[in-house]
Amino acid sequence: MKQELTCIVCPLGCALTVEIENGEVTEVSGNTCKRGADYARQECVRPMRVLTTTAMTEDGRVIPVRTDSAVPKETLFDCMAEVNRVKLHLPIKRGSVIIKHIAGTDADLIASKDIERGI
Amino acid sequence: MNREQIDLIIVGGGPAGLAAAVAAYDSGVRDMLVLERDVNTGGILQQCIHNGFGLHRFGKELTGPEYAWEYERMAAERNIPIRCGTTVLNVSPDKVVTAVNSDGVSRIEAKAVVLAMGCRERSRGALNIPGSRPSGIFTAGTAQKYVNCMGYLPGREVVILGSGDIGLIMARRMTLEGAKVKAVCEIMPYSGGLARNIRQCLDDFDIPLKLRHTVTAVHGRERLTGVTISETDEYRRPIPGTEEYISCDTLLLSVGLIPENELSKGAGISLDPITGGAVVDEKRQTSCPGIFACGNVLHVHDLVDFVSEEAALAGKSAAEYISGGLDEGAPLDLKPDGKIRYTIPQRIASRDEDVKVYFRVDNIYKNVKIKVINGDKTIFAKKLAAAAPGEMESLTLTGAQLAECGDAKLEFVLEAG
Repeated sequence: MKQELTCIVCPLGCALTVEIENGEVTEVSGNTCKRGADYARQECVRPMRVLTTTAMTEDGRVIPVRTDSAVPKETLFDCMAEVNRVKLHLPIKRGSVIIKHIAGTDADLIASKDIERGI
Repeated sequence: MNREQIDLIIVGGGPAGLAAAVAAYDSGVRDMLVLERDVNTGGILQQCIHNGFGLHRFGKELTGPEYAWEYERMAAERNIPIRCGTTVLNVSPDKVVTAVNSDGVSRIEAKAVVLAMGCRERSRGALNIPGSRPSGIFTAGTAQKYVNCMGYLPGREVVILGSGDIGLIMARRMTLEGAKVKAVCEIMPYSGGLARNIRQCLDDFDIPLKLRHTVTAVHGRERLTGVTISETDEYRRPIPGTEEYISCDTLLLSVGLIPENELSKGAGISLDPITGGAVVDEKRQTSCPGIFACGNVLHVHDLVDFVSEEAALAGKSAAEYISGGLDEGAPLDLKPDGKIRYTIPQRIASRDEDVKVYFRVDNIYKNVKIKVINGDKTIFAKKLAAAAPGEMESLTLTGAQLAECGDAKLEFVLEAG
């Protein structure tokens, strides 16, 4: 069975063709780099995405946050629900962990930016 | 009025302004000042909280604020002075910059100026969509600022007009925050956004992309209650009888970006009607000697990485200008054929060095050849397997190729084959 995919690894967006036999990826074509082939294999088994969103601070501001690695696509809304429950104590340093193993995934939610106390 | 004299003024503290400042410093300029209108630097990157920035420049995937931070750090390490909350009112052709902030008006005499004001979004007023004037109609970037910087969700049921990257990114963002994005309409037969954003922002959330569709009416008095969308023909005209009503409380517009060149016009700088930005040479110098332009104020870029690259070139050139001027040989004018919509630079002033020329095509093409012709001689040819208006292409002309040019005109031609 053949499956067509668009690679999301970089802005090139290569059109990938994946050959699947008995649930196993046997061939990837159309990719220009190795990361594209890795993406295609993963995408056919369990699609993974990096989540980027915002979290609320204790004084009512928002701070950009992201997962430090990709999470299973089907957990994105569970992750969002967890982010939306937090009220962050300030100050926060860029890269500091906000939620460890968010929604039971292997990824940590981290801050994308420094944010000071007060305005 | 405060009067100052500063070697280099950089107008704008976004990705272009910061990269120009860092490069100018590294090329020897010490007396400089970055003027930024917003309360902090980083420009539009601060609201672009999604990842995908920096693969070219830093070899890793960063979010917008992280990319901005890299340059803020470089500027801080060099003690580059930045004045935020300061709006430039005027730049004169002899490089006198008038700016205003809470301390009042200053008049700064500069030896060189780098214009890095960025671009703004095309708004509803530019589209002539008939209908009433309800609230709930935003440009995608405005909605992005509400959601990502201010923590407001501007609506619950959303239609997006235009499939540029900001529109696609906002479709995902609004969906993650609990809104229902009902459709993304694109008047053209193809999306103006990156293929990967179609995949990860629309397909991931089953948001329909309606190509050859546009919004033909908006409904509602106080708040938007719905839009009428219609199919369009090959001339982008709505086809009668194809109208479809979609109820929604929010319409986001992602219908193009316009370089913000009011200051450039005020300085009498020649503008390119296609790019909406200045006409520049390979050093990014405008028609006004000592005034340089880079980033989205020059032409709208696909990737911030290319903005940084271009801005570094402008910053370095400004440093050369301050320390003794730029060489001017016999200039060459670059003439795109129309299928190639524009080139940056539009002019090559010195033929000593290799020049990288960026260009954009007017349509989707497969298997074409790009030729650079001088007089009756093709000095350069390159094959492209695919080209699209949404993706900036480039080619490099060597100093040797440029030195051979007898005619003052370089034609850029796109041919089948």
